[in-house]
Amino acid sequence: MDFDSVRLTDVSRHFGRRRALSKISLTLRSGDIVGLLGPNGAGKSTLIGVLATLVTATAGEVRYGQQQARDAGPELRRRIGLLAHELHLYGELTARQNLTFFASLYGLDPRPIVDAALERAMLADRADDPVSSFSRGMRQRLGLERALLHRPRLVLLDEPFTGLDDRSVGMVCERLRQLAGDGAIVMVATHDLDLADGLVTRVALMRDGRLLSDEAASAGLRSRYRSVVGSA
Amino acid sequence: MKRRAPACAHAIGVWWGAPDAARYLVSSDFRRDHTTMFLKTALLVLRKDVAIEIRSYEILATTLFFAVGCVLVFAFALVKEGQAPPDAAAAILWIALLFAGTLALGRTFERERYGETIRALLLAPASRPALYVGKLLGILCLLGLTEMLLVPLVALLFSAPLLGHLNLLLPLLVCGTIGFAAVGTLFAAMLMRARTRDVMLPILLYPITIPVIIAGVRGTSALLASPPDEPTAMMWLAILVSFDVVFVTLSLWTFEPLMME
Repeated sequence: MDFDSVRLTDVSRHFGRRRALSKISLTLRSGDIVGLLGPNGAGKSTLIGVLATLVTATAGEVRYGQQQARDAGPELRRRIGLLAHELHLYGELTARQNLTFFASLYGLDPRPIVDAALERAMLADRADDPVSSFSRGMRQRLGLERALLHRPRLVLLDEPFTGLDDRSVGMVCERLRQLAGDGAIVMVATHDLDLADGLVTRVALMRDGRLLSDEAASAGLRSRYRSVVGSA
Repeated sequence: MKRRAPACAHAIGVWWGAPDAARYLVSSDFRRDHTTMFLKTALLVLRKDVAIEIRSYEILATTLFFAVGCVLVFAFALVKEGQAPPDAAAAILWIALLFAGTLALGRTFERERYGETIRALLLAPASRPALYVGKLLGILCLLGLTEMLLVPLVALLFSAPLLGHLNLLLPLLVCGTIGFAAVGTLFAAMLMRARTRDVMLPILLYPITIPVIIAGVRGTSALLASPPDEPTAMMWLAILVSFDVVFVTLSLWTFEPLMME
């Protein structure tokens, strides 16, 4: 299955008595780079978990094109790429072994795509070193390539710039623009407003599990963030 | 001609909230494509776990050390002048397996928790029951290696003729290990995100696997009796097979809904 939009309607998620998401309604479209911004505990990671089909919404509906997550199953998951704060890599395995494992899990032929992914992550010369010996930035680059191995339609990134130097940040931003240009739906949850400014095409501002604002990105993101999130 | 799956299978899958499991059961190409993909995924997960273990030997070393330590302590306490109490060998063998297995289960899933790789596994388009089977096979390999060390050790220290009854002891060990590991793998996966997982795992696991342990101990005791009581051992083996069928089936059904947040 494929889709060109994701629509959330009144999505809520409770963990016991704690309300992590409260009636979130949001539509993501092909070509969007959506910045998901908000303070700690705003519900950004939970929302990403719901979009990734890993967290079930307590109420509301998530539609991927015409299909709901519970009806789509593995074919929907094939179209989703997720990079969370934890990078979903096995530290004991080498970079190549990690990518080969995940490529095979997605039913892909690992030989051509793993080498290309290692080149993009600038880790071709460290391909056979265990991931546990990598710096945070190197692991971050590898984690991003792992999440994008299968060319997902919906790209969900939680703090993708953690530990990256300026050059790597520039390359990741360029990669995300390229993905969006190719028709992917990209959502980036971040605290780094300076990086988000100029990268994202839309901004979703969250606080206390509620969506405060969903608007087109414009100059002066920091002041907009302060006026909406800081004063809410 | 396409094979039509029973409607009740789909209904049960939906009722459990397990769309993958439902799809898995009602697929018309179930026997062909799905089985191949299922096995490929399970073997992929197993191969990955073996590759990690070969790099560290962490779980294998701790499990073997713990199992051998357990048998040695019991041997020092119970064997007097080369004579062990009757039936002690069977009990010690299974107790060592139970404790070492619990240790291995916890450590195996600790790896998936660290780095949250379990989320990447669950997000993959692979069949989720196949992921469970892959993890289960890894635990079975580990416990199989432990048994290869434990059986001769218990036979030696407790002067028990275990190696003389391998034709029945082997099936007893295999079936007992599958029953224990099937439930243990499910619970260890389920408790992965719980802060009290180390405490909760044995509390949940032991009461449910007690029938497996009793059947294993009684079956092994029957083999070690003089003369060996093979019909009784066969009866306990049949009971173990029944437990395995129930436990593995239930675990396959419940793995996906239990893993969802």
